[in-house]
Amino acid sequence: MDFSFSEEQQMLQQSVSKFISQDYDWDSRQALSKSATGFSAANWQLFAELGWLSIPFKEDDGGFGGSAVDLIVTMQEFGKGLLVEPFLANTILAGTVISEAGSSEQKSALLTPLMEGSLQLAFAYAEPQSRYELANVQCSAVINGDEIVLNGHKSVVLNGAAAEKILVSVRTSGESCDREGISLIWVEASAAGVRRECYASVDGQRAADIWFDDVVLPASNLLGSAGEAIDVIEMTIDRAALAICAEAVGAMEMSLTKTVEYSKIRKQFKVTLSSFQALQHRMANMFIELAQAKSILLMAAMEMDSLNGRAPKALSAAKSRIGKAARLVGEESIQIHGGIGVTDELDVGHYFKRLTAMQFLFGSTDHHTARFAAS
Amino acid sequence: MNIDFSAEELAFQGEVSAFLAAELPSDIRDKAANNIELTKENFVSWQKILAKKGWAATNWPVEFGGTGWTPTQKYIFDNECAKVGAPEAIAFGLKMVAPVIYTYGNDEQKQRFLPDILASNVWWCQGYSEPNAGSDLASLKTTAVRDGDDFVVNGTKTWTTLGQHADWIFCLVRTGAAEVKNQNAISFLLIDMKTPGITLSPIYLLDGSPEVNEVHFDNVRVPAKNLIGEEGKGWTYAKVLLTHERTNIAGVAKSKKRLQDLKEKAMQTSDGLSGANAMLSDNFAWQQKIAELEIELLALEYTELKTLADVSTGQAPGPESSILKIKGTEIQQSIDMLNVELAGYYALPFVRDQFVDGFEGVAIGPDQAAGSAPTYFNNRKATIYGGSNEIQTNIICKAVLGL
Ligand SMILES: Cc1cc2nc3c(=O)[nH]c(=O)nc-3n(C[C@H](O)[C@H](O)[C@H](O)COP(=O)(O)OP(=O)(O)OC[C@H]3O[C@@H](n4cnc5c(N)ncnc54)[C@H](O)[C@@H]3O)c2cc1C
Ligand SMILES: Cc1cc2nc3c(=O)[nH]c(=O)nc-3n(C[C@H](O)[C@H](O)[C@H](O)COP(=O)(O)OP(=O)(O)OC[C@H]3O[C@@H](n4cnc5c(N)ncnc54)[C@H](O)[C@@H]3O)c2cc1C
Repeated sequence: MDFSFSEEQQMLQQSVSKFISQDYDWDSRQALSKSATGFSAANWQLFAELGWLSIPFKEDDGGFGGSAVDLIVTMQEFGKGLLVEPFLANTILAGTVISEAGSSEQKSALLTPLMEGSLQLAFAYAEPQSRYELANVQCSAVINGDEIVLNGHKSVVLNGAAAEKILVSVRTSGESCDREGISLIWVEASAAGVRRECYASVDGQRAADIWFDDVVLPASNLLGSAGEAIDVIEMTIDRAALAICAEAVGAMEMSLTKTVEYSKIRKQFKVTLSSFQALQHRMANMFIELAQAKSILLMAAMEMDSLNGRAPKALSAAKSRIGKAARLVGEESIQIHGGIGVTDELDVGHYFKRLTAMQFLFGSTDHHTARFAAS
Repeated sequence: MNIDFSAEELAFQGEVSAFLAAELPSDIRDKAANNIELTKENFVSWQKILAKKGWAATNWPVEFGGTGWTPTQKYIFDNECAKVGAPEAIAFGLKMVAPVIYTYGNDEQKQRFLPDILASNVWWCQGYSEPNAGSDLASLKTTAVRDGDDFVVNGTKTWTTLGQHADWIFCLVRTGAAEVKNQNAISFLLIDMKTPGITLSPIYLLDGSPEVNEVHFDNVRVPAKNLIGEEGKGWTYAKVLLTHERTNIAGVAKSKKRLQDLKEKAMQTSDGLSGANAMLSDNFAWQQKIAELEIELLALEYTELKTLADVSTGQAPGPESSILKIKGTEIQQSIDMLNVELAGYYALPFVRDQFVDGFEGVAIGPDQAAGSAPTYFNNRKATIYGGSNEIQTNIICKAVLGL
């Protein structure tokens, strides 16, 4: 066992941290979140230049062969700034699908421009009835010679608005919840029969519901073998879950820091809030939650990197525990701020909103508790 | 003691439910069912229907136009209203300022203000809190200085809920000299919102709604006859009002209805699985959480009933009102979170217009999902306002446990 970060990991951490603290102040973040596209194209280009968009991918595919630990190092810093750029949707979700299931042609067509920052992607996997079950796929794709015909409805697709191409989990055979018969395809967002309703999400990010109505695409848009995609999908969502756990840890850290700072400034009854032991204990409790979250996050990332088959269970443990911590830290931060905490103006409320969304993305706290128990 | 309704009480329940079936306007009923925000007109028009029936002021003495109901009747009324989604009375006039006016006001003030409150002709708002006087309300700084027949008011009130709708504001102001002990220099003043020198600025909350305001007073001249009771006694009056406010905040009837709705919605919500356990209502973790909450609510319901019974025999609601406030708001917030859990991924889309009347866009996700997260965010206020839950806990420490 070794709990120390490598020199590269420390450099990565410093470089992301520098960007967030120097170039990503609160007002700019809010302006981006409220802008037409919801994020900055210039920042995205910068991430590409700094190599951040290439970190997780294999060296053979043109990436840096980054580990799960590299991923959490990056995501924690992003979480501190409540980053709105679609890193998770592009680099983690879409990127993992392509890198795990794509052919070399598909990688050059999709992964290379993704790493260069010139292509926006999304991965559509959830459906209105699927809840958190990844094998619950009803979107249908009929493969007919060299054509595929796609029909169905995908829910809450992250980066669904900006995406130029959309990766979709589809059923090519079997019944709704069968693990066999699920495939991965990609489709042009502008293709005939694709309809998108785009919206902001409660945490200031962007998403879309997407309907496919007899969309015709070439059979070469299939990634991997037909009917055998469930393992790649699960692995992708586990990676995304790990990433969002790390983001939550960063967001919790900021939320706690801001709350402690505020409690030392705000005075009632002629003394600072920080002098009330009732509040001191609650902040200490938030700190303990955060410490537990950090530990279980590291554990899950290290399990993932050791490729020992224990990753799914470890990941569920992390998602469950961090979800619980995120709820407590988010809610307590608001409570200790008092009225100012429920206003749109103050940043702490936005950390709370993102911490809430994180409890549900890629499987809720309850879902992962149950998956932990069952595995 | 007897836990069952009497024959008269059952008859009363029938009367209330028949009245609601006949009189609750269908547009309001539909809005409640579809999570659409009610407008000021919706609240006022429903209140006027109740007033016509003589049912507007369930907490007032009969002599001023109250219903004179027993606690059980009030309980029945609240529950029947919650079941059909009838709008709650806007508390500021009927439940907050009116008890102060009929208890401490003079005859002229009673005649001048109570009938318009009863008929919902006037919308009131509450001007207690200030930027630096939240939990420590007694440190408020807004001044009212006597000048002839007027008080001249200067200062800033904040968190004024729905001040944008209000015709009048009831304020705590500092009338005494600075050296007088904090509380003994505070007075209770009624102010017409149209008076020159008053400006409002909206504060947006986490759900994007401009629900509260900052209210600025710049040399606002208020007739001295708008002072309630004695100068310097405002704190005493306000404390009585605050205990009423807290008792109102528990919201037991509404929580019962929301829990019932949650159980029904869970039966129609896929848990993502196939076969026998396909619905969220089959999920054991979910069932457990619902049951625990239902049990907690049941205990609170009887705490409330007992408190109301005590109040009806003349005892002021004491520290029990703190229990009602703490537990009532905790339960509300647990229900808020369960609604988010029910919505799953569909808690995420934020289409604010979707909750406002006249929305013509495409609704995202099932009806019950939209609004679940914004409501959860917004209602974090419940443990903060009306005297925060920490302050309620302090009251129990001091007043009950003698700490
Ligand atoms: C089973 C057992 C084994 C033990 N073994 C040993 C031993 O081997 N050697 C040894 O030296 N001692 C031992 N102790 C003693 C132990 O360390 C003391 O019980 C402990 O320090 C608490 O002191 P106290 O019991 O006097 O409680 P108190 O100090 O009187 O505390 C009572 C309560 O008040 C709380 N409290 C006190 N101060 C504060 C504060 N400032 N803020 C908030 N809360 C506060 C405490 O947390 C506690 O809940 C043992 C005790 C037990 C119960
Ligand atoms: C949505 C909303 C609507 C409101 N509507 C109205 C209205 O219509 N009219 C009106 O007058 N006011 C209104 N309020 C104001 C409300 O009453 C205050 O927010 C409340 O009194 C808390 O004050 P504060 O926000 O300044 O928080 P603070 O007093 O600064 O408190 C911050 C935190 O410290 C805690 N704290 C403070 N003192 C202690 C202590 N001694 N021990 C332990 N913990 C402590 C508090 O519980 C809280 O968690 C509203 C508030 C909100 C959020």
